[in-house]
Amino acid sequence: MKEELFVSGRDIPNIDPYLNIWHWQIPLYLFLGGLAAGILFFAGYYTILRKEKEMEATVKWAPFLAPFALVLGLFALFLDLKHKLYFWQLYTTVRFTSPMSWGAWTLMLITPISFIWAASYIKEVFPKWDWKFDVLNRFEAYIIKNRKGIAWIMMILAVILGVYTGILLSAFNARPLWNTSILGPLFLVSGLSTGLAAIMLMSKSKYERKVVSRLDLIMIAVELFLIIHLFMGFLAASEVQVEAAALFLGGDFTAVFWIFVIFLGLVFPAVLEVLELRGYHIPVWIPAVLILIGGLVFRFVMVEAGQITRFLY
Amino acid sequence: MAIDTTKCVGCGDCVVACQTENNVPHGYCRDWIVENVAGTYPNVEIELRSERCNHCDNAPCVRCCPTGASHIVEGGIVMVTHEECIGCGACIESCPYDARYSHPEGYVDKCTFCKHRIDNGQLPACVEVCPTKCLYFGDLDDPNSDVSKALQNRKWKVLAPEAGTKPQLYFLT
Repeated sequence: MKEELFVSGRDIPNIDPYLNIWHWQIPLYLFLGGLAAGILFFAGYYTILRKEKEMEATVKWAPFLAPFALVLGLFALFLDLKHKLYFWQLYTTVRFTSPMSWGAWTLMLITPISFIWAASYIKEVFPKWDWKFDVLNRFEAYIIKNRKGIAWIMMILAVILGVYTGILLSAFNARPLWNTSILGPLFLVSGLSTGLAAIMLMSKSKYERKVVSRLDLIMIAVELFLIIHLFMGFLAASEVQVEAAALFLGGDFTAVFWIFVIFLGLVFPAVLEVLELRGYHIPVWIPAVLILIGGLVFRFVMVEAGQITRFLY
Repeated sequence: MAIDTTKCVGCGDCVVACQTENNVPHGYCRDWIVENVAGTYPNVEIELRSERCNHCDNAPCVRCCPTGASHIVEGGIVMVTHEECIGCGACIESCPYDARYSHPEGYVDKCTFCKHRIDNGQLPACVEVCPTKCLYFGDLDDPNSDVSKALQNRKWKVLAPEAGTKPQLYFLT
C-alpha cells in the first residue's frame, strides 16, 4: 500500500522541513562542558588520593583550562538563547523535571569552583603573583587548607555536569535518536575521555602520562561498549528508533560517524596508546588531539542527527 | 478539541483565521493542514486533518522548560508566559508534533486555543470560522459539551500516542 503525507499551510523557519533549532552553539557547549567535567573530575580524584606530586598536570595545570572551557561554553549557550535579555529567569526557579534547569544550577556552582581551584594554584605557576588585598590572601590560605573538601564537591558536580550533557538530549522523547537513557553515561564517559586527552597534552611527566593513557584506554573501551549498546537498543526498539539508527547504518551520517567518531576518535587513538604503552615512541599529541576532535564531532553529529529524527511527517 | 476528518475539506480557513486573530508573524503558523493520501490511483483514499498543539495532558514541553514559562492552566490548556521564556528551544525539541515555533521577537509561541476568546465565552477562532463545522471544542470532562458529544458515537484516534504525551486533539475517522 502506498501512503503519502502532504503538509500545507506551514513552512516555519528552522522547523520545516526538519527541525534545526539548535545550531553549532549547543554541540560546542556540550563538548566544552564535558571537557571541563573530565578535567575537574580527575583533578578532584587525584587530590583526594593525595597524588598531587605524581599527577601534577592532572591536579594543577589542566584545571587552568576548565574555567576557560566553562566560560566559553556558557557564552555559546547564551548565544543560543533567542530571548537573551530574559536569561536570568533560569535562576528564579528550580525545576526538577527539566534537565536544563539542573544544568543551569550545576554550572552556577561549578564555574566559580573551577576559578577558585585554578586560582589556588596560580602562585605555583607565577611565583611572583600578588593578590594585592589581604582578604584574597586569607581566602587563598583557606582554600589551600580545605582543598580535599573542595575536591569532593568538585568531583560530584563534575559527574552531574558530565551526565547532564547527555540527559539534556535524552529527556526529549520527541526525538527518537536522543530518547535513550544510555546517552547520560555515554556523554559522561566521552567527557572524561576528552578531559584525559587534555591532561595528556599538558603533562610533562612520563609516569603521569602512562597513568592517564591507561585510564583513557578504559574510557574508550567503555565508550565503545556503550555505543554498541546504543545501537542494539535502537534496533530492538520501535520503528522510529530503528529509523534513527538507520541514519548511522547506511544513512546520511554513516561516513562522518564511523570515520571521525569511531575510527579516528576512538579506535585509532586507542591503538596508538597501546603501542605507546608497549614502548613504541609515538608523539603524545596525536592520540590526544584525535580524541578531542572525535569528541567534538560526536556531539555535532548527535545534535544534528537527533533533530532530524521524529514521530510524524 | 475534536476534528472530524470526514468533514474537513482542507480549505485552510482555520489557518488564516488563527493568523489573523493571534497576529501570527508572516511565515509562521499555529495550525496547519495535513493531507494523508493512501492507495494507488484510481483507488485512493484521503484523510484531511486540521492540526495544532495537542495540549497534552503529559506535556513534555512543560516538563522540559527550565524556567516554568511553559505551563498548564486550569482546564488543561498549555500556555507560554512570554516574559519568563528565555528562548532556549528545549520545548521545541521536546514536542513530537512540532507545534511550537520561535517567534521573531525571541520567545516561543504556539496555539493557545484562543484562551482570550474562551475567557469571554467565545469559541477559538479556527472553530468559529470552519465552513464545514468539522471542529468541535469544549470541556472533555463535561458530558454535554460539543466535543464530548462529538466523540460519543464515533471512532477516533490521536496522533503519535506512542510518544507518551497523552495528546488532547481527537481525530474522528
